[in-house]
Amino acid sequence: MMDPQMSLALLLIIPMIASALIFLTGRNQNIREAISLTAAFALLANVIYLVRLVAAGERPSLLLAKFAGEFDIEFVLEPLGAIFAAIASSLWILNTLFAIGYMRGNKEKNQTRFFAFVAIAIAGAMGIAASGNLITLFVFYEVLTLSTFPLVTHKGDEKAKRGGTIYALILMGTSLGLLLPAVIGVQAIAGTTDFMVGGVFDSNVNKMAISILLFLFAFGIGKAALMPVHPWLPNAMVAPTPVSALLHAVAVVKAGVFSILKVVTYTFGPALAASSSMSTILAWVAAISIVLASVIAMRQDNLKARLAYSTVSQLSYITFGAMLASGMAIIGGALQIIMHAWGKITLFMCAGAIYTIAHRTNISSFNGLGRTMPWVFGAFLIGALSIIGVPPMGGSWPKFYLMVGALESELAILMGALIVSSVLNVIYLVPIAVRGFMRPPDNPEADAHIAEERKKHPWVIIPPVLTATGAFILFFFAGDMVDFIRPVLPGGLN
Amino acid sequence: MDFLSFMPEWLITHGAAVLVIMPLLLGAITAILPSERLAWFVTLFVTVFSTVTAFAILLVIFGGETQLYKMGGWDPPHGIAYVIDGLNAPIIFLICSMALLTTLYGLKSVVAEVEPKKRAPFYAAFMLGMAGLLGMVVTGDAFNVFVFLEVSSISTYVLVAMGASRDRRALAASYNYLILGSIGATFFVIGLGFLYMETGTLNMADIGGILRNLDGGSRVSMVAFGFITVGLGLKLAMFPLHLWLPGAYAHAPTMVTVFLASTATKAALYLMLRFTFTVFDVSFDYVFTVLTFIITGLGCAAMLLGSLSAIFQTDARRTLAYSSIAQVGYMLLGVGMLTAMGLTASYVHVLNHAVIKGALFFALGAFWYRYGITRTEDFAGLGKMMPWTMGAFTLGGLSLIGVPLTAGFISKLQLARAALDRGWEWAVVVIMVSSILAIFYIGRLLLAAYFQSPPEIDGEVVERNEAPLIILIPMWFLALLSIGIGIYYSDFVVQLGQNASDVLLQGDRP
Repeated sequence: MMDPQMSLALLLIIPMIASALIFLTGRNQNIREAISLTAAFALLANVIYLVRLVAAGERPSLLLAKFAGEFDIEFVLEPLGAIFAAIASSLWILNTLFAIGYMRGNKEKNQTRFFAFVAIAIAGAMGIAASGNLITLFVFYEVLTLSTFPLVTHKGDEKAKRGGTIYALILMGTSLGLLLPAVIGVQAIAGTTDFMVGGVFDSNVNKMAISILLFLFAFGIGKAALMPVHPWLPNAMVAPTPVSALLHAVAVVKAGVFSILKVVTYTFGPALAASSSMSTILAWVAAISIVLASVIAMRQDNLKARLAYSTVSQLSYITFGAMLASGMAIIGGALQIIMHAWGKITLFMCAGAIYTIAHRTNISSFNGLGRTMPWVFGAFLIGALSIIGVPPMGGSWPKFYLMVGALESELAILMGALIVSSVLNVIYLVPIAVRGFMRPPDNPEADAHIAEERKKHPWVIIPPVLTATGAFILFFFAGDMVDFIRPVLPGGLN
Repeated sequence: MDFLSFMPEWLITHGAAVLVIMPLLLGAITAILPSERLAWFVTLFVTVFSTVTAFAILLVIFGGETQLYKMGGWDPPHGIAYVIDGLNAPIIFLICSMALLTTLYGLKSVVAEVEPKKRAPFYAAFMLGMAGLLGMVVTGDAFNVFVFLEVSSISTYVLVAMGASRDRRALAASYNYLILGSIGATFFVIGLGFLYMETGTLNMADIGGILRNLDGGSRVSMVAFGFITVGLGLKLAMFPLHLWLPGAYAHAPTMVTVFLASTATKAALYLMLRFTFTVFDVSFDYVFTVLTFIITGLGCAAMLLGSLSAIFQTDARRTLAYSSIAQVGYMLLGVGMLTAMGLTASYVHVLNHAVIKGALFFALGAFWYRYGITRTEDFAGLGKMMPWTMGAFTLGGLSLIGVPLTAGFISKLQLARAALDRGWEWAVVVIMVSSILAIFYIGRLLLAAYFQSPPEIDGEVVERNEAPLIILIPMWFLALLSIGIGIYYSDFVVQLGQNASDVLLQGDRP
């Protein structure tokens, strides 16, 4: 009944049509948002169909265009991409609900442009997820950068301009300056940029070249926010919170770490990547990034800034897993993509809910707010526990796999970094919820007003509660996910 | 091939001559026409007719043929031969179609930029310039190249000077161009003289055959190569012979700037390719050395210094002019590689850059047309004042940077791939650094246009005032074409580049 090729094309077509329709019907708020939601549901249905195909062992593919001589634009869906597509499309639904509540609640300007560009960004993310070779990945990577620029600079003031400039300069500078040469380098050395299980290089390939390529990929994929190319992420927080939630906790940053995982597993192959001395160096860089970003996060009073640095730290877990390049570590990285997405989007939505209802952004002003907004702070606590990796939250599995992966490798000492980071996570995330529930409110009258205000904004409260529930439920499906991911490894788990 | 069946047979067989003679004759007549509107219609007729003819010839050549047209029926090498093959057919089409687009654009812009009584002569000079460019590209005779080079140059000096009613500095710019252009032409003709001394013929293929038999010839032909390279280097604005270019681009009427930026330097680059590979040969020591070390080095210097200078310009047209110098650097780098891939990349960039720069200069002209804006600091709020024009400018700018799904990306991809193939990793670094510099000089304009508010005059914010449709159409045509090349037509453009590099590397020519 459905054709796999058609279905792959729909990954792009659905969000692009949605974007065009949103532009056309922009004047009518209700129709515009109905289109967003319908498209999100249609996309999820389409992705579920594809995920089932992939789970059955199929690898649907579609040649989009012959592109400039030896390069092709081609889609091939494999497990890692299917996972990324599934997360982005499912969270697009919840985030659209949240965005409707947030944008209306805060009376933001240019809402049509906002919803339209979110849809284009989703198309970019889908293109990355389904890319069958490096050049396709690069093309959609840049589409994602460009389509999110108007979202980051949505407010249009001086601060947005500054944040947007840093955002564009770092992401485009690293991708054009480092990633593109790496992609062309792979083509020159291996004669193809296709993704293949076990990698594309011969066993007698020049080790020096591999090291250089690995370096170029690790820092050229700026969206993975490995230190020191991370500053775009805190600067992107000038965007409205729904953008931070969907794009800077899910679509954009996950596109980055997803690309790194994909490059390590399909371009280099885990064995070759692990044997390179550069991967050891990069594993150290990732471990330092994990700890350092956590330390910086502790010092932030602005909630979104703290979450941004927490994201930098959590993303480096995935880079870390990719650089260890053992079966356990790669599975751990892939699980982290899923679990962190659900956890972090919850935290961002909570931050947006607090801003919309109480107009507060600084953690020091949250005293007693949990009593007026119990659902929001409850969801925040669940999300935080999942990010920290406390069972029975979904986030505990990736931490477990990554620690085992580190222990099995020659870099067992770096397991220390994971432990230190978990402790730091507890210190900078849990007290936010504790402050909300335990401390007495600074100004009870204002809080009574907030309790009134809360009833007007149900759509900023329901989505984070749903995602928090998701972060909990996912704990029980880790086994299925591991089975789903396993075929990406050339020799299975061992 | 359906299109070809509509074309009369004689037009295709005599096309090579018709393309040159028609603008030459009608251009002369136009100069004395009483009405500017009539002059415009004649120009439109000539450009439409040429474009259609050139397209038909391009289709024939794309089928794998080479057209040899003997002027007056005299056989070469004694008579003058016009030759069209895979190398010059796309350039001919480029010149004709850009002339058509600029003519459409000129309907409004010339009225704003050129004094009334000079408008008919303006169109006459424009057609002569077009005839000169077509002639130097189509001819197979070396001295004929010089003649047409001068025809196009002299009419270009006039065209640039006609910008004076808009901007008095056009006179100085034209004078600069006149001096440097004449020096270039002199160098070129001295080089031809030496070649004639050595070989006793002026037919390009014939010179090539004789020089190959002599294995590069004596020191005379070596000197000839030096003179010709410098002479053509001046015409194509090869760094550091580029000094005439920013002034000429900045102060000429917009229509002329677009036409120059997208055709004149391209035609000169074509000549450099033709002389280096057909008349001379890369198997000669001196040609190999000059290309590998000097041309490549100058190309890289142009990419870096041109892009860097572009960042610090206060005039938007000068920004783009310096960017053009950098883009010529990309083309020279590809040529300097001396590989099939490098030549393909270079040729692809010739075509792509013409499209991109055309769109950008069209947009700059529209900004001047509505608001008199040329300085970068006046870009504030243009995104609100002229959204459509600014949209085209944005697309062109992204393409210039080399963002994926644009024509500029195809060029850079090909060029970097060719550099790695040649084993020149350092060249990839130069390409990427230059691209990143492009983010700065384009980004600066885009940020001002979209993030700053429109200026206030007497307390009132300047109102939106979009450019007229006849200006928007050619502009958006090129902007969308640059996206189209980035997505659907990349294969076709790369194929054109490969055909051209086949012609260059096989060496022989009737």
